[in-house]
Amino acid sequence: MSEIKSDPMKGQGTKVAAANEWPLWEVFVRSKSGLDHKHCGSLHAADPQMAIQLARDVYTRRQEGSSVWVVRSDQIVASDPADKDMYFDPMEDKVYRHPTFYKLPSEVDHM
Amino acid sequence: MTPSIKVEQAPSVQYMLRLADTTLILGQRLGEWCGHAPVLEEDIALSNIALDLIGQSRALLTRVGQLGGQGLHEDQLAFLREERDYRNATIVELPNGPGRPGDFAFTVLRNAMMATWLRLMWERLRESSDSELAAIAGKAVKEARYHQQHSCDWVVRLGDGTDESARRLRAALDTLWRYTAELFESDEVDAAAAANGLGPRWDALREPWLAEMQALFDEAKLPMPADSAFRSTGKRGVHSEHMGYILTDMQYLQRAYPGGAW
Repeated sequence: MSEIKSDPMKGQGTKVAAANEWPLWEVFVRSKSGLDHKHCGSLHAADPQMAIQLARDVYTRRQEGSSVWVVRSDQIVASDPADKDMYFDPMEDKVYRHPTFYKLPSEVDHM
Repeated sequence: MTPSIKVEQAPSVQYMLRLADTTLILGQRLGEWCGHAPVLEEDIALSNIALDLIGQSRALLTRVGQLGGQGLHEDQLAFLREERDYRNATIVELPNGPGRPGDFAFTVLRNAMMATWLRLMWERLRESSDSELAAIAGKAVKEARYHQQHSCDWVVRLGDGTDESARRLRAALDTLWRYTAELFESDEVDAAAAANGLGPRWDALREPWLAEMQALFDEAKLPMPADSAFRSTGKRGVHSEHMGYILTDMQYLQRAYPGGAW
């Protein structure tokens, strides 16, 4: 936002372009053998129905998927890259949080 | 110079050829949008549909080649016939609209009409007495269901959208409607196919197709057009003036480089 304010002309151009563009959606695809949906890209679409169809058309053309999710990009709350050191660096020296120090019963999979 | 080929005139072969050519020519028309659709995502969607249709046609032409007894390959059948020997319904050879690549409303409305028709056709062909045709139909019906969903959604968006989109869609309907009658006319080819269980008479699809169009038009705020006395005759080999041009595009490579392959 600060970037747009610093250049009034650029800010206007961005606004006009955004008003004429369909909203952005993030696409998550679950592969045939996969257990979870993985983020694979984004696309523009006018509404949820169009978004799910275009996600199918754009991201599953080569048998990548057996299920697709789409979510409006502006609905995703993301961590601020500037907070990266505060958020994630303190975990560097806490190896004891990994479960590798415990003996697991052999029946337990997928840990 | 590669001479043109002639295809077996047996009714069962003609019946499949009509379907093969209808999917082939519609696929070719849709291919014209590749790189030109309004947005990138729809460009890929239209190309996917075009490739599905070409794939259906390839399978059908291969079967026609087997049944015709002349050992003809799908490529020979697709690219080396003369205009009068193509048996597609005329509606699919009409240009996408004025100019290139054409009018998007016209394109999606024709897609909705044809996808609905093809879905109804493939559903019935799954029971065909020809096991190969039944297998092709089993695969194609899934594709057609998606084509129908995608194109009908667009018809509703445009019909119930802006004044401009509604105007274009109505103009497309005015142009297309009179060509739909050919999709529901039956002749000796259909009678033979129905008699030996190969597939339905084309007129058997009329009632269910009209019911689905009525529901679509209601949602898209389109008026149901009146029937026209005009009858197109592409499936008998008598085409519109547009057919020659599309064949020129399609056949150039095989005529210039006979037998050329990837």
